[in-house]
Amino acid sequence: MAAHLKKRVYEEFTKVVQQQHEDLSSKKLRLTKPSKSAALHVDLCKATSPADALQYLLQFARKPVEVESVEGVVRILLEHYYKENDASVRLKIASLLGLLSKTAGFSPDCIMDDAINTLQNEKSHQVLAQLLDTLLVIGTKLPENPSVRMRLVEVACKHLTDSSHGVRNKCLQLIGCLGPVEKGVAKEAESQAAKDVQKIIGDHFNDQDPRVRTAAIKAMLQLHERGLKLQQAIYSQACKLLADDYEQVRSAAVQLIWVLSQLYPESIVPIPSSNEEIRLVDDAFGKICHMVSDGSWVVRVQAAKLLGSMQQVSSHFLEQTLDKKLMSDLRRKRTAHERAKELYSSGEFSSGRKWGDDAPKEEIDTGAVNLIESGACGAFVHGLEDEMYEVRIAAVEALCMLAQSSPSFAEKCLDFLVDMFNDEIEEVRLQSIHTMRKISNNITLREDQLDTVLAVLEDSSRDIREALHELLCCTNVSTKEGIHLALVELLKNLTKYPTDRESIWKCLKFLGSRHPTLVLPLVPELLSTHPFFDTPEPDMDDPAYIAVLVLIFNAAKSCPTMPALFSDHTFRHYAYLRDSLSHLVPPLRLPGRKLVSSAVSPSITPHEDPSQQFLHQSLERVYNFQHLDPRGIQELLEFTIRDLQRLGELQSELAGMADFTATYLQCQLLLIKALQEKLWNVAAPLYLKQNALASAAAKQILEETYKMEFMYSGVESRQVVIIHHMRLQAKALQLIVTARTTRGVEPLFGMCEKFLQEVDSFQRCFISELPHMQGSFVDKLLDLMPRLVTSKPSEVVKILQTTLRQSTFLHLPLPEQLHRATANIIEPTGESDNPLRFTSGLVVALDVDATLEHVQDPQGTVKVQVLYPDGQAQLIHPKPADFRNPGPGRHRLITQVYLSHTAWTEPCQIEVRLLLAYNSNRSKASTRIPKSTWSESLEALPPSENGIEGTIPFSKPVKVYIMPKPARR
Amino acid sequence: GAGQDVGRSCILVSIAGKNVMLDCGMHMGYNDDRRFPDFSYITQNGRLTDFLDCVIISHFHLDHCGALPYFSEMVGYDGPIYMTHPTKAICPILLEDYRKITVDKKGETNFFTSQMIKDCMKKVVAVHLHQTVQVDEELEIKAYYAGHVLGAAMFQIKVGCESVVYTGDYNMTPDRHLGAAWIDKCRPDLLISESTYATTIRDSKRCRERDFLKKVHETVERGGKVLIPVFALGRAQELCILLETFWERMNLKAPIYFSTGLTEKANHYYKLFITWTNQKIRKTFVQRNMFEFKHIKAFDRAFADNPGPMVVFATPGMLHAGQSLQIFRKWAGNEKNMVIMPGYCVQGTVGHKILSGQRKLEMEGRQILEVKMQVEYMSFSAHADAKGIMQLIRQAEPRNVLLVHGEAKKMEFLKQKIEQEFHVSCFMPANGETTTILTNPCIPVDISLGLLKRETVIGPLPDAKKPKLMHGTLLMKDNSFRLVSPEQALKELGLAEHQLRFTCRVHIQDPRKEHETVLRVYNHLKGILKDYSVQHLPDGSITVESILIQATAHSEDQGTKVLLVSWTYQDEELGSYLTSLLKKGLPQSTP
Repeated sequence: MAAHLKKRVYEEFTKVVQQQHEDLSSKKLRLTKPSKSAALHVDLCKATSPADALQYLLQFARKPVEVESVEGVVRILLEHYYKENDASVRLKIASLLGLLSKTAGFSPDCIMDDAINTLQNEKSHQVLAQLLDTLLVIGTKLPENPSVRMRLVEVACKHLTDSSHGVRNKCLQLIGCLGPVEKGVAKEAESQAAKDVQKIIGDHFNDQDPRVRTAAIKAMLQLHERGLKLQQAIYSQACKLLADDYEQVRSAAVQLIWVLSQLYPESIVPIPSSNEEIRLVDDAFGKICHMVSDGSWVVRVQAAKLLGSMQQVSSHFLEQTLDKKLMSDLRRKRTAHERAKELYSSGEFSSGRKWGDDAPKEEIDTGAVNLIESGACGAFVHGLEDEMYEVRIAAVEALCMLAQSSPSFAEKCLDFLVDMFNDEIEEVRLQSIHTMRKISNNITLREDQLDTVLAVLEDSSRDIREALHELLCCTNVSTKEGIHLALVELLKNLTKYPTDRESIWKCLKFLGSRHPTLVLPLVPELLSTHPFFDTPEPDMDDPAYIAVLVLIFNAAKSCPTMPALFSDHTFRHYAYLRDSLSHLVPPLRLPGRKLVSSAVSPSITPHEDPSQQFLHQSLERVYNFQHLDPRGIQELLEFTIRDLQRLGELQSELAGMADFTATYLQCQLLLIKALQEKLWNVAAPLYLKQNALASAAAKQILEETYKMEFMYSGVESRQVVIIHHMRLQAKALQLIVTARTTRGVEPLFGMCEKFLQEVDSFQRCFISELPHMQGSFVDKLLDLMPRLVTSKPSEVVKILQTTLRQSTFLHLPLPEQLHRATANIIEPTGESDNPLRFTSGLVVALDVDATLEHVQDPQGTVKVQVLYPDGQAQLIHPKPADFRNPGPGRHRLITQVYLSHTAWTEPCQIEVRLLLAYNSNRSKASTRIPKSTWSESLEALPPSENGIEGTIPFSKPVKVYIMPKPARR
Repeated sequence: GAGQDVGRSCILVSIAGKNVMLDCGMHMGYNDDRRFPDFSYITQNGRLTDFLDCVIISHFHLDHCGALPYFSEMVGYDGPIYMTHPTKAICPILLEDYRKITVDKKGETNFFTSQMIKDCMKKVVAVHLHQTVQVDEELEIKAYYAGHVLGAAMFQIKVGCESVVYTGDYNMTPDRHLGAAWIDKCRPDLLISESTYATTIRDSKRCRERDFLKKVHETVERGGKVLIPVFALGRAQELCILLETFWERMNLKAPIYFSTGLTEKANHYYKLFITWTNQKIRKTFVQRNMFEFKHIKAFDRAFADNPGPMVVFATPGMLHAGQSLQIFRKWAGNEKNMVIMPGYCVQGTVGHKILSGQRKLEMEGRQILEVKMQVEYMSFSAHADAKGIMQLIRQAEPRNVLLVHGEAKKMEFLKQKIEQEFHVSCFMPANGETTTILTNPCIPVDISLGLLKRETVIGPLPDAKKPKLMHGTLLMKDNSFRLVSPEQALKELGLAEHQLRFTCRVHIQDPRKEHETVLRVYNHLKGILKDYSVQHLPDGSITVESILIQATAHSEDQGTKVLLVSWTYQDEELGSYLTSLLKKGLPQSTP
């Protein structure tokens, strides 16, 4: 009992001390700097037990230490280190030493000697390991000091004989990270130490502890990464390690073998148990292939991945990976693949397999069959059939890489890839489809393969289907039956999943343009024309019919004889589709409409030039309008804007450019309108109307400038300046309007100051661009700056008004590429009349599917907005995983939006739209400043602009019919 | 059983004095006494319990567990029976089914009863994967995953440092519901492996699956009906999963039916033992248990006449009786329909007849049934092929291999291959034959700490992995081994110490005087043996450590000196080295 009491008292006592102490030290810390080490010293001296000391150290470790005081702290720690008897405290001190030497700006060479000295008398293996770790940190901090490194390596070598695996581990790690890489530089040091790092590490390949063996291999790899050329002699050692009992050793050894095979691909190694010799890369390839059937899946993944990057391997070996030498009852059997191929080449169609159809034919010599061949036999067959999908994916990736470099291999691996289309895990299926697409220019699909490929079109996963469409876009098909089959399957897909319409049309477009000669004999059948009878005209709005037409028209583009087969309505439909789906239907030279086509056809090749020319000409005209009267200017601007908008609609490539300039001109037009003198001179009561116009204009200009800045990809700094300049003008306009309407001077003071600050920040941000802005608003403003700062608000306003009116219109230079961010909501379609019913108070998930184009960083910027009929708006941030990236500049958002509302009496429509969020912090102005750290760039930004965040709607809103029902009691 | 034969698996292993019985199966080919193993091999008189230490059942197939109730209840065995949890769960269902068929249908008497099955199952101890079960103090067993069917396991049996691995049936390629067999590098003395497909290397599974799915899909799209005769457990589940996922993926609507009874119960267990299935099922079961089929419903007799497409799994698998045959009769006349045989059919069954191409079948009652429906054959088998067997041997690295559960001719081939590739001996005993395998057992020996310390100090630092030479005396007393120092051994045994001394004469041609020769020898030795203390004693002799060297002139020829080298037994190593050194002669004198 007494003992218990005593213990409790003691506990409480120590607690009190600790708290007091904490206060003290924190106070001291703020006052003076060296006090930090002093406080620590006091702490450690006070510590009565190792546990206490450990506590102090832990607390200490949480606080950062200033660069200047690091050395002092280290000295104190070392002092205690020598005194301390408890291993755990020493361990913590050792780790703190490492932590401290990592402090930025601190050069640890001064403490290195001490650190090395501590090693000498240390008995605990754990502490030793930690100290070596510290040395490693110190060593990496001093990269330009070979002598220090040499010394550390020597120390490490000395401790390599330690009996603890942890110490040996660290030693090897240290040698790996710090061992001399260049042989020539440290010649004399080398001879003196007489140490070949590679040999030292190599000796530990046979260490008794698997962890040390792993560390040795890793150290070797580390040396390789640092640029040391590994010796070829290691190869045989590494090969032995492949049969190690421990998976991490095998895994590392596979890597090492791979590295060596890349270093010495062409050198010759003997095959054991025979007199033959083969290239090293082939041998390594065989060995790694062998590892694909390893017992541990980690090793299997590793091996399968590495196989992909061994491209120098000879094709003979490569093809063996796909060969598994089937046999049945000792008789050679053909694989199903071979049978399929044979059926195909003999022109006979498969009637389904009969019992004994695969009956083995020839007898094989029992001696010749080698069940486990040391070669690469069937590695991929095994990899693709593996239990773990990680291995299968790795194998598919490897296949892809190898097939890309070797067309003949691509041809051979096709069967296996096609098989993977039926994998049970979707990721694997998707991966193999993507792989197939990547190698598709090397291959031609046989009919039976195409059949299997097309079967996947009915997959319920949209990703799979779309990947497959992409694949079909770039596949070569060998026969007209193949094309027909593809078309039939695609149409089936279309009826089953009508949402795939666009993607299927696109797919058929490419299919048609790639195989015009194969489509030609199919045309009469596809269009269901008859030599004698007129067939009924198909429905023009039928997506399936459109799909067929897209295929035919695209084929007809390079096949001039085809239009002769068209019937009358086909021509009509062509005209209609050419207009409505111009991106899918190419211009054709049709016999019936010579005039039109001849007018069109010459312009097909250089057709970009005139429109581009037109764009530039119209802009030129606008920029030279100075001599025109205001009335004329306005008209010119209006016409140009209209032209540009029309141009954007017609020429999709120029749409971004045209819209961008049109928006800019629109801003200018608004500004001019708002500044019209007549209005400003009218009497005060009539201000109201004018005021409304001007402030609305200012507001709109602001909005448009944000759009210009954030909605277009490819905007360069030159444009950003002009956009910001326009924004500044709008702000000036706002200031003028408010000055006119508000009474009293007080509020104006603040506003003026704010405006001047903005001007100032503008100047700071774009100082390099200012010379290009002669005669502009800002240029003039900056000239008048000294006057502005001192003058009263009313004067400022007056000055602003005159400068605004006198300033010239800035020329907007166009960047090379400009694309407007667009979004298109595919789902919900907004066509449904059935309301989505759910119980009020609960949530309903609405699937949203949208395509985004030219959006940079969609994960951060794209939001979904839901507008309820009562005006309530809800902003949803989709998860980063909801965005997929099917192609460059394109993104796809597939997410779920949760809706909820209180009960309604009848169904009503809500609006769903996509917003592009922006933040002026992230503006292009700030990205121009080299970003070293986050805080720095924040400081460089004008503080006034910091907080401006907003959203731009960039998709058409979609209406969804919903009906929250009252909850049943 | 199972020696050069398939069926009736029953293997006896005697390992380090322990007797273990592996599997206890029945033979499907026989209906007489030969259907069960002959347990009189084990012991003629006395109870089996006294003789066997334990029985291990690898999986629930009847050819591996069918004779269990007969053995334990009718012959009499009360010791432990080990099997995995799923096996324990499913095994009684199959035994009961087997009993019903033999007793109720065929009317056999003298067969085990339901109660006997229950009593038998009470003796079963269930084990987990990778759990080491201590059967008694020396015998321990450990289960490894084997694929094949749910709950199939390979067992490692270990006594001291001798071990045997019995594979049961296993599968090295994963399928739709089970993973691949796996074993660590346990280096057993003996690996007993099945060898059903000893001479076959199979094609990729994917082709077969794809073909299967394609055929089913096509028929269903045509509006035809598909009949898949299956046995209740194993492949049936695999095919169900295959079809279920395919239906899910392709959004198909046609109904799939599963004949009721046995299979439903079994499916229930499949749902429970998720940990025994493959990666995909294990990963997704939180969202949805793959065995909770969405598209597969229980079959009712009346459904067979429903119009429209459907897929039906029906038992039994060879179309010889029961529901599958009834449905087959109904559907055989329509060429739109299809029957898919997913496995091997025994001669004489309807299944075998239609597979061999007969289109007109004579049914009972002299009816002639014309088969118009399509007949397909797909082999889905879950045994390891030759390559898989080799792979397992490579993984386990056994010192000997013994092949069972296969045909003799095929085994011969595999045996030859194994010996050639791995350089291990391979056996393939017939039923009733005993194979003796020599092992290299390690015998633990006690060593006194003092001696250990003394011995380890000598020589370089200890390296735990390398064997080290030690000097000591081995005492074998009361069935225990001890290594003690010679002095202690003498003391314990009460023996007096004998000195053993070797002497050797070496002739050297040297015309000089004796003491000069000695001096030369001394200098020579001093120069070579730097680490030893070489002394030149005043009486004209040289000592190297405790070895004495004396030189005398030859009595007849003064030019020849005779070096007398003498050492004790303990210094044998150094002594013989020294003599060989001296025999080489002295270096040419350097005056």
